Amino acid sequence: MSDVCIVGVGIHPFGRTDGISGLDQGVFAVRQALADAGTEWQDIQFAYGGSDAAGNPDTMVERLGLTGIQFINVRNGCAAGGSSLASAAMAIKSGEYDLGLAVGFDKHPRGAFNALPAEYNLPDWYGEAGYMITTQFFAAKIRRYMHEHGISATSLGRVAEKAFRNAVHAPHAWRREPVALETILEASLVSDPYTKYMFCSPAEGGVALILASEKKARELGKPIIRLKAVTMRTRPPGSFEVFAPSIDIAKDTAPRGSASRIASADAFTMAGIGPEDIALAQLQDTEAGAEIMHMAENGFCRDGEQEAWLAEGRTEIGGSLPVNTDGGCLACGEPIGASGLRQVYENAIQLRGDGGGRQVPGNPKTAYSHVYGAPGVSAVTILER
Amino acid sequence: MSAIAEGLFTDENPPRLIGGRDRLSGRIVFPCPPGDQFEPWPLQRTGRLWSYTIQRYRPKSPPYAGPEDFHPWPVAYVELPGETIVEARLANVAFDAITIGMALELTQLPLDPAAAQPVLIPAFQPLGQPARGAS
Repeated sequence: MSDVCIVGVGIHPFGRTDGISGLDQGVFAVRQALADAGTEWQDIQFAYGGSDAAGNPDTMVERLGLTGIQFINVRNGCAAGGSSLASAAMAIKSGEYDLGLAVGFDKHPRGAFNALPAEYNLPDWYGEAGYMITTQFFAAKIRRYMHEHGISATSLGRVAEKAFRNAVHAPHAWRREPVALETILEASLVSDPYTKYMFCSPAEGGVALILASEKKARELGKPIIRLKAVTMRTRPPGSFEVFAPSIDIAKDTAPRGSASRIASADAFTMAGIGPEDIALAQLQDTEAGAEIMHMAENGFCRDGEQEAWLAEGRTEIGGSLPVNTDGGCLACGEPIGASGLRQVYENAIQLRGDGGGRQVPGNPKTAYSHVYGAPGVSAVTILER
Repeated sequence: MSAIAEGLFTDENPPRLIGGRDRLSGRIVFPCPPGDQFEPWPLQRTGRLWSYTIQRYRPKSPPYAGPEDFHPWPVAYVELPGETIVEARLANVAFDAITIGMALELTQLPLDPAAAQPVLIPAFQPLGQPARGAS
């Protein structure tokens, strides 16, 4: 079975781009990725595309060329990018194809995501009462986590501070001005204990990755970045997810299961390496506490150790495990269809050594990405150079 | 005043929330899902605060059906021992007096007290509060 390689990457800057549709931001990213791979749209054999709110990705063929290729649309909440990538990787591993595209783009209205109960198999009253709010869940989850594991509000602030500091050096990021820790901690509350700097915003952007079999990658003559693992998983019994009118009482003292824990464990098995072998990681940080909880859910530390990790700067660019090197969702915003692929884009840039002011030192050879979404979906990738 | 939806509260006074019990596994959830897999299961009225947050901005309408005039409200997860952890508003407690582990009992709150025909939603309040006669 062939290794799957990333041979081209492209990105349309995240944030707000008035006058350019989400789809056109995706097209921009695809053209950049094709140029990066040194190939043409006519050579692409298949595509998987994700967009939550900006139209059907397959309609991109109108812009890119009516070559008749297979183009499958993916809708999987915040895990859409990971799902596109997982599907594309399987298409190559199966031997059916040897050059394809995973693309994601989005363009969300300002303000919080507006979810409707019926989309999540919930009764209408749940939305009428004001509970279809992702920020409520995230705040309640971290409040409990802080209580159980001794995480301080200062640690939440440190995550946000790091995100904006890293984003200064990421041309594709949205919020690229540093924000002082005190400013973050003293800002107005959105959902306690989170202040406005601790939540990411829905945004716009597009990302494209060109994937190839190893044989094809060698023909193209590009640096070989292998997709050693890609997993997309759903939730186990007893997990605590977005939009939960009730949660099971945990039966023992073991950590509560989650889609992220499953996706992570299976990805490490697939890659044949462990968390200690990872040089840098992009972890879903739709809010500051998510990065903290996901450090443990992905196996990088034990619950509660994050307090010391953050105080000691271990997740900074120069630390033992740099996390969210481009500022993550906190600084880039979250265009749902593109967000998971942005993480993989950033990992590819880092493994090529093209990170500029945010480059992880020491010639990193492995990079990890993780997304999480409602109502309990997660996707993980492991790249190796 | 009537409940925001059928099948949320028992007709007792004071009412209880109606959860659902999986006929095979015994797992208890709230609310009771439609269909045959779950049987209606009245939940105990008292429990302890498991986690919470304060909703500081007005949720978008639709689906939110609360008043236009918005004041922040607390929303909690309340552990009902041996049953499940339910999501509901908190009532009759100052924001800075909310603590994980505090003892709570079920009550009801009008979603929009100023509405011509307010509907009631589930809420919990500190145990031992004087009755408010919301029903």
